[in-house]
Amino acid sequence: MLTLSHLGKTYADGTQALSNINLEARAGEIAALIGGSGCGKTTLLRLAAGLDHATGGTISLDGERITGPHPAVAVVFQEPRLLPWLTVADNVGFGIDHLPRNERESRIEHALARIGLAEHAGRWPRDLSGGQQQRVAIARALVTRPKLLLLDEPFSALDAFTRASLHGALLDLWEDVRPIVLMVTHDVSEAVTLADRAFVMRARPGRIHDELPITLARPRVQTSTGFEQDVRRLLEALDEARQPPQTERAAQAAGHWW
Amino acid sequence: MALPNSLPRAADTHDDTATAAGSHEPAATGVEPTPVTASPASGKGWFGEHLALALILPLGLAIGWEAAVSFGYAEGRLMPPPSRIASTFQDLALYGDLWLHVWATLWRVLVGFALGAVAGIALGAISGASGLIRNLLDPTLQALRSVPSIAWIPLFILWFGIFETSKVMLIAVGVFFPVYLGVAQGILSIDRKLVEVGRAFRLSRLAMARRILLPAILPETLTALRSGLGLGFMFVVAAEFMGASEGLGYLLVDGQQMGLTDQIVAAIIAFALLGKAADWLLVTLTSPLIRWQDTVRERL
Repeated sequence: MLTLSHLGKTYADGTQALSNINLEARAGEIAALIGGSGCGKTTLLRLAAGLDHATGGTISLDGERITGPHPAVAVVFQEPRLLPWLTVADNVGFGIDHLPRNERESRIEHALARIGLAEHAGRWPRDLSGGQQQRVAIARALVTRPKLLLLDEPFSALDAFTRASLHGALLDLWEDVRPIVLMVTHDVSEAVTLADRAFVMRARPGRIHDELPITLARPRVQTSTGFEQDVRRLLEALDEARQPPQTERAAQAAGHWW
Repeated sequence: MALPNSLPRAADTHDDTATAAGSHEPAATGVEPTPVTASPASGKGWFGEHLALALILPLGLAIGWEAAVSFGYAEGRLMPPPSRIASTFQDLALYGDLWLHVWATLWRVLVGFALGAVAGIALGAISGASGLIRNLLDPTLQALRSVPSIAWIPLFILWFGIFETSKVMLIAVGVFFPVYLGVAQGILSIDRKLVEVGRAFRLSRLAMARRILLPAILPETLTALRSGLGLGFMFVVAAEFMGASEGLGYLLVDGQQMGLTDQIVAAIIAFALLGKAADWLLVTLTSPLIRWQDTVRERL
Protein backbone atom coordinates (compact mmCIF):
# COMPACT_ATOMS: atom_id res chain seq x y z
CA MET A 1 0.00 0.00 0.00
CA LEU A 2 1.28 3.42 -0.95
CA THR A 3 0.21 6.15 1.46
CA LEU A 4 0.76 9.84 0.99
CA SER A 5 -0.28 11.65 4.13
CA HIS A 6 -0.61 15.45 4.42
CA LEU A 7 2.21 15.75 1.92
CA GLY A 8 3.48 19.25 1.19
CA LYS A 9 6.34 20.85 -0.67
CA THR A 10 7.41 24.47 -0.39
CA TYR A 11 10.51 25.59 -2.27
CA ALA A 12 13.25 27.74 -0.73
CA ASP A 13 11.87 30.83 -2.49
CA GLY A 14 8.54 30.35 -0.72
CA THR A 15 6.66 28.85 -3.67
CA GLN A 16 4.17 26.33 -2.36
CA ALA A 17 4.16 23.52 -4.94
CA LEU A 18 2.08 20.98 -3.04
CA SER A 19 -0.25 21.26 -0.08
CA ASN A 20 -1.92 18.61 2.06
CA ILE A 21 -1.86 15.73 -0.43
CA ASN A 22 -3.56 12.62 0.88
CA LEU A 23 -3.59 9.58 -1.36
CA GLU A 24 -3.69 5.84 -0.98
CA ALA A 25 -3.02 3.24 -3.67
CA ARG A 26 -3.40 -0.48 -3.13
CA ALA A 27 -1.05 -3.21 -4.33
CA GLY A 28 -1.50 -3.90 -8.04
CA GLU A 29 -3.41 -0.67 -8.60
CA ILE A 30 -2.68 1.81 -11.36
CA ALA A 31 -3.32 5.38 -10.23
CA ALA A 32 -3.16 8.34 -12.57
CA LEU A 33 -2.36 11.88 -11.47
CA ILE A 34 -3.93 14.22 -13.96
CA GLY A 35 -4.11 17.99 -14.09
CA GLY A 36 -3.00 21.09 -15.93
CA SER A 37 0.54 22.41 -16.11
CA GLY A 38 2.01 23.62 -12.83
CA CYS A 39 -0.32 21.69 -10.55
CA GLY A 40 2.57 19.78 -8.98
CA LYS A 41 2.13 16.35 -10.61
CA THR A 42 5.82 15.88 -11.35
CA THR A 43 6.83 17.35 -7.98
CA LEU A 44 4.62 14.80 -6.27
CA LEU A 45 6.18 11.99 -8.30
CA ARG A 46 9.71 13.17 -7.51
CA LEU A 47 8.87 13.16 -3.81
CA ALA A 48 7.54 9.60 -4.09
CA ALA A 49 10.74 8.62 -5.96
CA GLY A 50 12.85 10.09 -3.17
CA LEU A 51 14.55 12.44 -5.62
CA ASP A 52 13.25 15.47 -3.72
CA HIS A 53 12.38 16.01 -0.08
CA ALA A 54 8.93 16.90 1.18
CA THR A 55 8.64 19.88 3.48
CA GLY A 56 5.57 18.42 5.18
CA GLY A 57 3.77 15.11 5.60
CA THR A 58 4.96 11.59 4.86
CA ILE A 59 5.15 9.01 2.11
CA SER A 60 5.15 5.35 3.06
CA LEU A 61 5.18 2.12 1.12
CA ASP A 62 3.85 -0.91 2.96
CA GLY A 63 4.34 1.00 6.20
CA GLU A 64 7.96 1.94 5.47
CA ARG A 65 8.66 5.67 5.17
CA ILE A 66 10.24 6.84 1.95
CA THR A 67 12.77 9.62 2.46
CA GLY A 68 15.13 8.93 -0.46
CA PRO A 69 15.53 6.60 -3.46
CA HIS A 70 14.23 3.20 -2.35
CA PRO A 71 15.00 -0.29 -3.70
CA ALA A 72 11.30 -1.08 -4.04
CA VAL A 73 10.59 2.05 -6.10
CA ALA A 74 11.35 2.41 -9.80
CA VAL A 75 10.94 5.48 -12.00
CA VAL A 76 10.35 5.98 -15.71
CA PHE A 77 11.06 9.56 -16.70
CA GLN A 78 9.51 11.69 -19.39
CA GLU A 79 12.52 11.01 -21.64
CA PRO A 80 13.95 7.48 -21.87
CA ARG A 81 17.25 8.55 -20.24
CA LEU A 82 19.03 5.42 -21.47
CA LEU A 83 22.76 5.35 -20.87
CA PRO A 84 24.21 5.73 -24.37
CA TRP A 85 27.39 3.75 -23.57
CA LEU A 86 25.44 0.63 -22.59
CA THR A 87 23.77 -1.78 -25.00
CA VAL A 88 20.01 -2.20 -24.88
CA ALA A 89 20.39 -5.36 -22.75
CA ASP A 90 22.80 -3.68 -20.34
CA ASN A 91 20.46 -0.71 -20.02
CA VAL A 92 17.60 -3.05 -19.10
CA GLY A 93 19.84 -4.76 -16.55
CA PHE A 94 21.28 -1.51 -15.12
CA GLY A 95 19.39 -1.75 -11.83
CA ILE A 96 19.89 -5.50 -11.23
CA ASP A 97 23.68 -5.68 -11.28
CA HIS A 98 23.66 -7.18 -7.81
CA LEU A 99 21.79 -10.31 -8.96
CA PRO A 100 23.58 -13.55 -9.94
CA ARG A 101 24.49 -13.54 -13.63
CA ASN A 102 21.99 -16.23 -14.69
CA GLU A 103 19.12 -14.57 -12.89
CA ARG A 104 20.06 -11.17 -14.31
CA GLU A 105 20.31 -12.47 -17.87
CA SER A 106 17.07 -14.37 -17.65
CA ARG A 107 15.20 -11.28 -16.39
CA ILE A 108 16.69 -9.13 -19.16
CA GLU A 109 15.85 -11.71 -21.81
CA HIS A 110 12.30 -12.07 -20.57
CA ALA A 111 11.75 -8.30 -20.39
CA LEU A 112 13.16 -7.73 -23.88
CA ALA A 113 10.95 -10.48 -25.28
CA ARG A 114 7.94 -8.93 -23.53
CA ILE A 115 8.56 -5.54 -25.15
CA GLY A 116 9.32 -7.06 -28.55
CA LEU A 117 12.97 -5.98 -28.62
CA ALA A 118 14.73 -9.31 -28.08
CA GLU A 119 16.65 -8.99 -31.34
CA HIS A 120 17.85 -5.51 -30.36
CA ALA A 121 19.62 -6.67 -27.18
CA GLY A 122 23.14 -5.96 -28.44
CA ARG A 123 22.40 -2.63 -30.09
CA TRP A 124 23.17 0.85 -28.82
CA PRO A 125 20.31 3.11 -27.68
CA ARG A 126 21.16 5.43 -30.61
CA ASP A 127 19.97 2.67 -32.98
CA LEU A 128 16.45 2.67 -31.53
CA SER A 129 13.47 4.90 -32.26
CA GLY A 130 11.99 7.08 -29.50
CA GLY A 131 9.22 4.56 -28.83
CA GLN A 132 11.65 1.66 -28.64
CA GLN A 133 13.88 3.61 -26.25
CA GLN A 134 10.92 4.31 -23.98
CA ARG A 135 10.04 0.60 -23.98
CA VAL A 136 13.58 -0.14 -22.84
CA ALA A 137 13.22 2.47 -20.09
CA ILE A 138 10.01 0.81 -18.90
CA ALA A 139 11.69 -2.61 -18.98
CA ARG A 140 14.70 -1.20 -17.05
CA ALA A 141 12.36 -0.03 -14.31
CA LEU A 142 10.28 -3.20 -14.14
CA VAL A 143 13.08 -5.81 -14.16
CA THR A 144 13.95 -4.60 -10.66
CA ARG A 145 10.49 -5.97 -9.68
CA PRO A 146 9.50 -2.85 -7.77
CA LYS A 147 6.53 -2.57 -5.44
CA LEU A 148 5.94 0.94 -6.73
CA LEU A 149 6.44 2.09 -10.31
CA LEU A 150 6.41 5.84 -10.95
CA LEU A 151 5.75 7.05 -14.48
CA ASP A 152 6.37 10.71 -15.25
CA GLU A 153 4.51 11.29 -18.52
CA PRO A 154 6.69 8.71 -20.30
CA PHE A 155 4.51 8.69 -23.42
CA SER A 156 3.95 12.41 -23.82
CA ALA A 157 6.55 12.94 -26.57
CA LEU A 158 5.32 10.04 -28.72
CA ASP A 159 2.81 9.85 -31.53
CA ALA A 160 -0.63 8.32 -30.87
CA PHE A 161 0.10 4.92 -32.44
CA THR A 162 3.43 4.47 -30.68
CA ARG A 163 1.76 5.55 -27.47
CA ALA A 164 -1.00 2.95 -27.85
CA SER A 165 1.63 0.28 -28.49
CA LEU A 166 3.58 1.37 -25.41
CA HIS A 167 0.43 1.20 -23.28
CA GLY A 168 0.27 -2.43 -24.35
CA ALA A 169 3.94 -3.00 -23.54
CA LEU A 170 3.51 -1.39 -20.14
CA LEU A 171 0.47 -3.49 -19.27
CA ASP A 172 2.30 -6.64 -20.41
CA LEU A 173 5.23 -5.93 -18.12
CA TRP A 174 2.98 -4.75 -15.32
CA GLU A 175 1.10 -8.09 -15.48
CA ASP A 176 4.36 -9.89 -14.61
CA VAL A 177 5.09 -7.90 -11.47
CA ARG A 178 1.81 -6.10 -10.70
CA PRO A 179 3.36 -3.22 -8.75
CA ILE A 180 1.43 -0.15 -7.66
CA VAL A 181 1.73 2.27 -10.56
CA LEU A 182 1.54 6.01 -9.95
CA MET A 183 1.55 7.74 -13.29
CA VAL A 184 1.54 11.38 -14.20
CA THR A 185 -0.30 12.29 -17.35
CA HIS A 186 -2.08 15.21 -18.92
CA ASP A 187 -3.83 12.94 -21.40
CA VAL A 188 -7.37 12.03 -20.35
CA SER A 189 -7.58 9.06 -22.77
CA GLU A 190 -4.33 7.69 -21.42
CA ALA A 191 -5.59 7.91 -17.85
CA VAL A 192 -8.81 6.09 -18.74
CA THR A 193 -6.90 3.51 -20.82
CA LEU A 194 -4.48 2.56 -18.08
CA ALA A 195 -5.65 3.63 -14.64
CA ASP A 196 -7.89 2.06 -12.02
CA ARG A 197 -8.25 5.45 -10.37
CA ALA A 198 -7.58 8.98 -11.51
CA PHE A 199 -6.63 11.74 -9.09
CA VAL A 200 -7.48 15.13 -10.54
CA MET A 201 -5.15 17.87 -9.33
CA ARG A 202 -5.54 21.61 -9.18
CA ALA A 203 -2.85 24.25 -9.03
CA ARG A 204 -1.63 27.06 -6.74
CA PRO A 205 -0.84 25.23 -4.56
CA GLY A 206 -0.94 21.74 -6.06
CA ARG A 207 -3.53 19.58 -4.36
CA ILE A 208 -5.94 16.76 -5.11
CA HIS A 209 -9.26 18.11 -6.29
CA ASP A 210 -11.15 14.91 -7.04
CA GLU A 211 -10.73 11.15 -7.19
CA LEU A 212 -12.49 9.10 -9.90
CA PRO A 213 -12.54 5.31 -10.03
CA ILE A 214 -12.23 3.73 -13.50
CA THR A 215 -13.73 0.27 -13.44
CA LEU A 216 -13.71 -0.70 -17.14
CA ALA A 217 -12.42 -4.19 -17.89
CA ARG A 218 -9.05 -4.54 -19.69
CA PRO A 219 -8.22 -4.39 -22.54
CA ARG A 220 -10.12 -1.13 -22.78
CA VAL A 221 -11.74 -0.24 -26.07
CA GLN A 222 -11.49 3.48 -26.70
CA THR A 223 -14.66 3.64 -28.78
CA SER A 224 -16.83 1.90 -26.18
CA THR A 225 -19.58 3.84 -24.43
CA GLY A 226 -18.08 3.19 -21.01
CA PHE A 227 -14.72 4.56 -22.10
CA GLU A 228 -16.30 7.69 -23.54
CA GLN A 229 -18.33 8.20 -20.36
CA ASP A 230 -15.23 7.95 -18.18
CA VAL A 231 -13.37 10.36 -20.45
CA ARG A 232 -16.27 12.81 -20.14
CA ARG A 233 -16.37 12.47 -16.33
CA LEU A 234 -12.67 13.10 -16.13
CA LEU A 235 -12.87 16.11 -18.46
CA GLU A 236 -15.63 17.59 -16.30
CA ALA A 237 -13.54 17.08 -13.16
CA LEU A 238 -10.57 18.74 -14.88
CA ASP A 239 -12.75 21.68 -15.92
CA GLU A 240 -13.90 22.04 -12.35
CA ALA A 241 -10.32 21.88 -11.10
CA ARG A 242 -9.43 24.77 -13.39
CA GLN A 243 -12.08 27.02 -11.83
CA PRO A 244 -11.02 29.23 -8.92
CA PRO A 245 -12.10 27.91 -5.50
CA GLN A 246 -15.62 28.65 -4.24
CA THR A 247 -14.53 31.43 -1.84
CA GLU A 248 -12.61 33.19 -4.60
CA ARG A 249 -15.59 32.94 -6.93
CA ALA A 250 -17.90 34.32 -4.26
CA ALA A 251 -15.50 37.20 -3.66
CA GLN A 252 -15.35 37.91 -7.39
CA ALA A 253 -19.15 37.87 -7.63
CA ALA A 254 -19.36 40.30 -4.68
CA GLY A 255 -16.98 42.64 -6.47
CA HIS A 256 -14.12 42.31 -3.99
CA TRP A 257 -10.81 43.07 -5.66
CA TRP A 258 -8.73 40.63 -3.60
CA MET B 1 -6.99 11.81 -33.42
CA ALA B 2 -8.69 8.41 -33.36
CA LEU B 3 -6.80 5.74 -31.55
CA PRO B 4 -6.81 2.06 -32.45
CA ASN B 5 -9.94 0.34 -31.17
CA SER B 6 -8.15 -2.10 -28.95
CA LEU B 7 -4.81 -1.85 -27.36
CA PRO B 8 -2.14 -3.72 -29.30
CA ARG B 9 0.45 -5.72 -27.41
CA ALA B 10 4.09 -4.78 -27.80
CA ALA B 11 5.14 -8.16 -29.13
CA ASP B 12 2.81 -8.10 -32.09
CA THR B 13 3.23 -4.56 -33.30
CA HIS B 14 6.06 -2.86 -35.06
CA ASP B 15 4.68 0.64 -35.24
CA ASP B 16 7.66 2.28 -33.60
CA THR B 17 10.42 0.23 -35.06
CA ALA B 18 12.07 3.01 -36.99
CA THR B 19 15.78 2.82 -36.53
CA ALA B 20 18.42 5.47 -36.58
CA ALA B 21 18.86 4.59 -40.22
CA GLY B 22 15.58 6.38 -40.72
CA SER B 23 13.32 3.57 -41.85
CA HIS B 24 9.69 4.07 -40.81
CA GLU B 25 7.63 1.02 -41.63
CA PRO B 26 3.86 1.15 -41.25
CA ALA B 27 2.43 -1.16 -38.58
CA ALA B 28 0.46 -3.18 -41.10
CA THR B 29 3.48 -4.43 -42.98
CA GLY B 30 5.09 -5.91 -39.90
CA VAL B 31 8.50 -5.26 -41.42
CA GLU B 32 11.39 -5.76 -39.05
CA PRO B 33 13.46 -2.68 -38.25
CA THR B 34 16.28 -2.09 -40.66
CA PRO B 35 19.44 -3.49 -39.12
CA VAL B 36 22.11 -0.89 -38.63
CA THR B 37 24.57 -1.63 -41.35
CA ALA B 38 28.27 -0.96 -41.24
CA SER B 39 28.93 2.62 -42.13
CA PRO B 40 30.58 3.33 -45.47
CA ALA B 41 33.16 5.16 -43.40
CA SER B 42 34.62 1.84 -42.36
CA GLY B 43 35.17 0.64 -45.95
CA LYS B 44 38.55 0.09 -47.56
CA GLY B 45 37.61 2.35 -50.47
CA TRP B 46 36.83 5.19 -48.10
CA PHE B 47 40.29 4.91 -46.52
CA GLY B 48 42.05 4.95 -49.91
CA GLU B 49 39.98 7.92 -51.04
CA HIS B 50 40.76 9.89 -47.89
CA LEU B 51 44.45 8.99 -48.04
CA ALA B 52 44.62 10.17 -51.65
CA LEU B 53 42.90 13.45 -50.70
CA ALA B 54 45.22 13.96 -47.75
CA LEU B 55 48.31 13.45 -49.91
CA ILE B 56 47.37 15.85 -52.72
CA LEU B 57 48.57 19.03 -50.98
CA PRO B 58 51.92 17.85 -49.51
CA LEU B 59 52.83 15.86 -52.65
CA GLY B 60 51.86 18.76 -54.91
CA LEU B 61 54.04 21.18 -52.94
CA ALA B 62 56.95 18.71 -52.84
CA ILE B 63 56.83 18.01 -56.55
CA GLY B 64 56.50 21.71 -57.34
CA TRP B 65 59.48 22.66 -55.18
CA GLU B 66 61.59 19.77 -56.56
CA ALA B 67 60.84 20.92 -60.09
CA ALA B 68 61.60 24.56 -59.22
CA VAL B 69 65.06 23.63 -57.84
CA SER B 70 65.82 21.12 -60.65
CA PHE B 71 65.03 23.66 -63.39
CA GLY B 72 67.06 26.37 -61.65
CA TYR B 73 64.16 28.60 -60.65
CA ALA B 74 65.26 28.31 -57.00
CA GLU B 75 68.59 27.66 -55.35
CA GLY B 76 67.35 25.26 -52.64
CA ARG B 77 69.96 26.35 -50.12
CA LEU B 78 67.64 27.71 -47.43
CA MET B 79 64.84 25.28 -48.32
CA PRO B 80 66.32 22.07 -49.77
CA PRO B 81 64.30 20.10 -52.36
CA PRO B 82 62.53 16.88 -51.29
CA SER B 83 65.14 14.65 -52.96
CA ARG B 84 67.93 16.15 -50.83
CA ILE B 85 65.81 15.91 -47.66
CA ALA B 86 64.97 12.27 -48.48
CA SER B 87 68.62 11.49 -49.00
CA THR B 88 69.54 13.16 -45.67
CA PHE B 89 66.71 11.26 -44.01
CA GLN B 90 68.02 8.01 -45.49
CA ASP B 91 71.60 8.76 -44.42
CA LEU B 92 70.45 9.61 -40.90
CA ALA B 93 68.43 6.41 -40.76
CA LEU B 94 71.12 4.15 -42.20
CA TYR B 95 74.39 5.65 -40.99
CA GLY B 96 73.42 8.35 -38.51
CA ASP B 97 71.58 8.15 -35.23
CA LEU B 98 68.04 8.90 -36.39
CA TRP B 99 66.53 6.01 -34.40
CA LEU B 100 68.46 7.01 -31.29
CA HIS B 101 67.08 10.56 -31.62
CA VAL B 102 63.56 9.34 -32.39
CA TRP B 103 63.59 7.01 -29.39
CA ALA B 104 64.98 9.71 -27.06
CA THR B 105 62.21 12.11 -28.10
CA LEU B 106 59.54 9.44 -27.96
CA TRP B 107 60.58 8.27 -24.51
CA ARG B 108 60.48 11.82 -23.14
CA VAL B 109 57.06 12.46 -24.67
CA LEU B 110 55.66 9.16 -23.39
CA VAL B 111 56.86 9.63 -19.82
CA GLY B 112 55.86 13.31 -19.77
CA PHE B 113 52.50 12.45 -21.32
CA ALA B 114 51.83 9.72 -18.76
CA LEU B 115 52.69 12.02 -15.82
CA GLY B 116 50.75 14.99 -17.20
CA ALA B 117 47.74 12.88 -18.18
CA VAL B 118 47.47 11.13 -14.80
CA ALA B 119 47.79 14.45 -12.92
CA GLY B 120 45.38 16.18 -15.33
CA ILE B 121 42.73 13.44 -15.03
CA ALA B 122 43.04 13.27 -11.23
CA LEU B 123 42.93 17.03 -10.58
CA GLY B 124 40.38 17.60 -13.36
CA ALA B 125 38.08 14.96 -11.83
CA ILE B 126 38.43 16.40 -8.32
CA SER B 127 37.97 19.96 -9.55
CA GLY B 128 34.96 19.00 -11.67
CA ALA B 129 33.30 17.01 -8.89
CA SER B 130 33.81 19.41 -5.99
CA GLY B 131 32.84 23.07 -6.07
CA LEU B 132 35.08 23.81 -3.09
CA ILE B 133 38.19 22.29 -4.70
CA ARG B 134 37.31 23.94 -8.01
CA ASN B 135 37.15 27.38 -6.39
CA LEU B 136 40.39 26.65 -4.60
CA LEU B 137 42.38 25.24 -7.52
CA ASP B 138 40.97 26.50 -10.75
CA PRO B 139 41.92 30.21 -10.65
CA THR B 140 45.56 29.38 -9.93
CA LEU B 141 45.73 26.63 -12.55
CA GLN B 142 44.07 28.85 -15.16
CA ALA B 143 46.66 31.56 -14.45
CA LEU B 144 49.52 29.06 -14.73
CA ARG B 145 48.02 27.69 -17.95
CA SER B 146 48.76 30.94 -19.74
CA VAL B 147 52.48 30.86 -18.88
CA PRO B 148 54.45 30.10 -22.10
CA SER B 149 56.43 26.85 -22.08
CA ILE B 150 59.76 28.61 -22.57
CA ALA B 151 59.19 30.60 -19.36
CA TRP B 152 59.36 27.42 -17.27
CA ILE B 153 62.76 26.32 -18.63
CA PRO B 154 65.11 28.35 -16.38
CA LEU B 155 63.14 27.41 -13.29
CA PHE B 156 62.93 23.74 -14.21
CA ILE B 157 66.68 23.58 -14.88
CA LEU B 158 67.32 25.04 -11.43
CA TRP B 159 64.81 22.71 -9.80
CA PHE B 160 65.38 19.46 -11.66
CA GLY B 161 68.84 19.88 -13.26
CA ILE B 162 69.83 19.93 -16.91
CA PHE B 163 69.22 16.24 -17.62
CA GLU B 164 66.09 14.18 -18.25
CA THR B 165 63.93 15.13 -15.26
CA SER B 166 63.54 18.78 -16.23
CA LYS B 167 62.68 17.83 -19.83
CA VAL B 168 60.08 15.28 -18.81
CA MET B 169 58.57 17.68 -16.27
CA LEU B 170 58.28 20.40 -18.88
CA ILE B 171 56.41 18.04 -21.20
CA ALA B 172 54.20 16.88 -18.31
CA VAL B 173 53.26 20.52 -17.65
CA GLY B 174 52.32 20.93 -21.32
CA VAL B 175 50.15 17.80 -21.27
CA PHE B 176 48.60 18.53 -17.88
CA PHE B 177 46.62 21.68 -18.71
CA PRO B 178 44.48 20.52 -21.66
CA VAL B 179 43.77 17.21 -19.90
CA TYR B 180 42.83 18.96 -16.64
CA LEU B 181 40.59 21.39 -18.47
CA GLY B 182 38.93 18.71 -20.63
CA VAL B 183 38.17 16.40 -17.71
CA ALA B 184 36.91 19.18 -15.40
CA GLN B 185 34.70 20.63 -18.14
CA GLY B 186 33.54 17.14 -19.10
CA ILE B 187 32.33 16.48 -15.57
CA LEU B 188 30.63 19.87 -15.32
CA SER B 189 28.76 19.28 -18.56
CA ILE B 190 27.43 15.79 -17.74
CA ASP B 191 23.70 15.60 -18.37
CA ARG B 192 21.96 16.11 -15.02
CA LYS B 193 19.24 13.71 -16.12
CA LEU B 194 21.68 10.82 -16.43
CA VAL B 195 23.00 11.49 -12.94
CA GLU B 196 19.40 11.40 -11.75
CA VAL B 197 19.04 7.93 -13.25
CA GLY B 198 21.98 6.87 -11.09
CA ARG B 199 20.34 8.44 -8.05
CA ALA B 200 17.03 6.72 -8.78
CA PHE B 201 18.92 3.40 -8.83
CA ARG B 202 20.60 4.33 -5.52
CA LEU B 203 24.17 4.21 -6.81
CA SER B 204 26.83 4.92 -4.20
CA ARG B 205 29.28 7.76 -4.92
CA LEU B 206 31.83 5.27 -6.17
CA ALA B 207 29.32 3.41 -8.33
CA MET B 208 28.02 6.74 -9.67
CA ALA B 209 31.57 7.69 -10.69
CA ARG B 210 32.29 4.27 -12.25
CA ARG B 211 28.95 3.65 -13.97
CA ILE B 212 27.78 7.15 -14.95
CA LEU B 213 30.39 9.91 -14.58
CA LEU B 214 33.43 8.19 -16.08
CA PRO B 215 31.69 6.75 -19.16
CA ALA B 216 29.91 10.07 -19.67
CA ILE B 217 33.15 12.07 -19.78
CA LEU B 218 35.11 9.52 -21.81
CA PRO B 219 34.70 11.33 -25.17
CA GLU B 220 35.85 14.68 -23.67
CA THR B 221 38.71 12.94 -21.85
CA LEU B 222 39.96 11.28 -25.02
CA THR B 223 39.81 14.57 -26.92
CA ALA B 224 41.72 16.20 -24.06
CA LEU B 225 44.33 13.44 -24.16
CA ARG B 226 44.80 14.01 -27.90
CA SER B 227 45.29 17.73 -27.31
CA GLY B 228 47.69 16.90 -24.48
CA LEU B 229 49.69 14.54 -26.67
CA GLY B 230 49.94 17.20 -29.38
CA LEU B 231 51.18 19.73 -26.83
CA GLY B 232 53.59 17.10 -25.50
CA PHE B 233 55.27 17.03 -28.92
CA MET B 234 55.42 20.84 -28.94
CA PHE B 235 56.93 20.98 -25.46
CA VAL B 236 59.51 18.29 -26.21
CA VAL B 237 61.13 20.64 -28.74
CA ALA B 238 61.43 23.35 -26.08
CA ALA B 239 62.71 20.71 -23.64
CA GLU B 240 65.33 19.43 -26.07
CA PHE B 241 66.48 22.97 -26.82
CA MET B 242 67.68 23.16 -23.22
CA GLY B 243 70.93 21.31 -23.58
CA ALA B 244 70.02 17.88 -24.97
CA SER B 245 72.63 15.70 -26.63
CA GLU B 246 70.05 13.49 -28.33
CA GLY B 247 66.49 13.76 -29.58
CA LEU B 248 64.85 15.29 -32.64
CA GLY B 249 65.01 18.72 -30.97
CA TYR B 250 68.78 18.28 -30.69
CA LEU B 251 68.90 17.50 -34.45
CA LEU B 252 67.12 20.83 -35.07
CA VAL B 253 69.60 22.81 -32.93
CA ASP B 254 72.54 20.92 -34.43
CA GLY B 255 71.22 21.60 -37.95
CA GLN B 256 70.86 25.31 -37.18
CA GLN B 257 74.39 25.59 -35.72
CA MET B 258 75.94 23.67 -38.64
CA GLY B 259 73.79 25.36 -41.30
CA LEU B 260 72.30 21.98 -42.34
CA THR B 261 68.85 22.98 -43.58
CA ASP B 262 68.18 19.49 -44.94
CA GLN B 263 68.79 18.03 -41.47
CA ILE B 264 66.44 20.62 -39.94
CA VAL B 265 63.68 19.80 -42.42
CA ALA B 266 64.32 16.04 -41.97
CA ALA B 267 63.94 16.48 -38.18
CA ILE B 268 60.75 18.52 -38.68
CA ILE B 269 59.34 15.79 -40.92
CA ALA B 270 60.33 13.15 -38.35
CA PHE B 271 58.47 15.20 -35.70
CA ALA B 272 55.40 15.37 -37.92
CA LEU B 273 55.45 11.63 -38.65
CA LEU B 274 56.08 10.72 -35.03
CA GLY B 275 53.33 13.04 -33.77
CA LYS B 276 50.87 11.78 -36.35
CA ALA B 277 51.73 8.14 -35.58
CA ALA B 278 51.32 8.69 -31.83
CA ASP B 279 47.99 10.44 -32.37
CA TRP B 280 46.81 7.67 -34.71
CA LEU B 281 47.80 5.04 -32.16
CA LEU B 282 45.94 6.87 -29.39
CA VAL B 283 42.81 7.24 -31.53
CA THR B 284 42.98 3.61 -32.70
CA LEU B 285 43.39 2.27 -29.18
CA THR B 286 40.66 4.43 -27.67
CA SER B 287 38.00 4.65 -30.39
CA PRO B 288 36.42 1.27 -29.45
CA LEU B 289 35.67 2.82 -26.06
CA ILE B 290 33.44 5.49 -27.58
CA ARG B 291 31.87 3.64 -30.48
CA TRP B 292 28.50 4.07 -28.77
CA GLN B 293 28.53 7.79 -29.55
CA ASP B 294 25.82 9.05 -31.86
CA THR B 295 27.92 11.46 -33.86
CA VAL B 296 27.82 12.89 -37.32
CA ARG B 297 31.43 11.84 -38.00
CA GLU B 298 30.58 8.73 -40.05
CA ARG B 299 28.13 10.68 -42.16
CA LEU B 300 30.48 13.47 -43.21
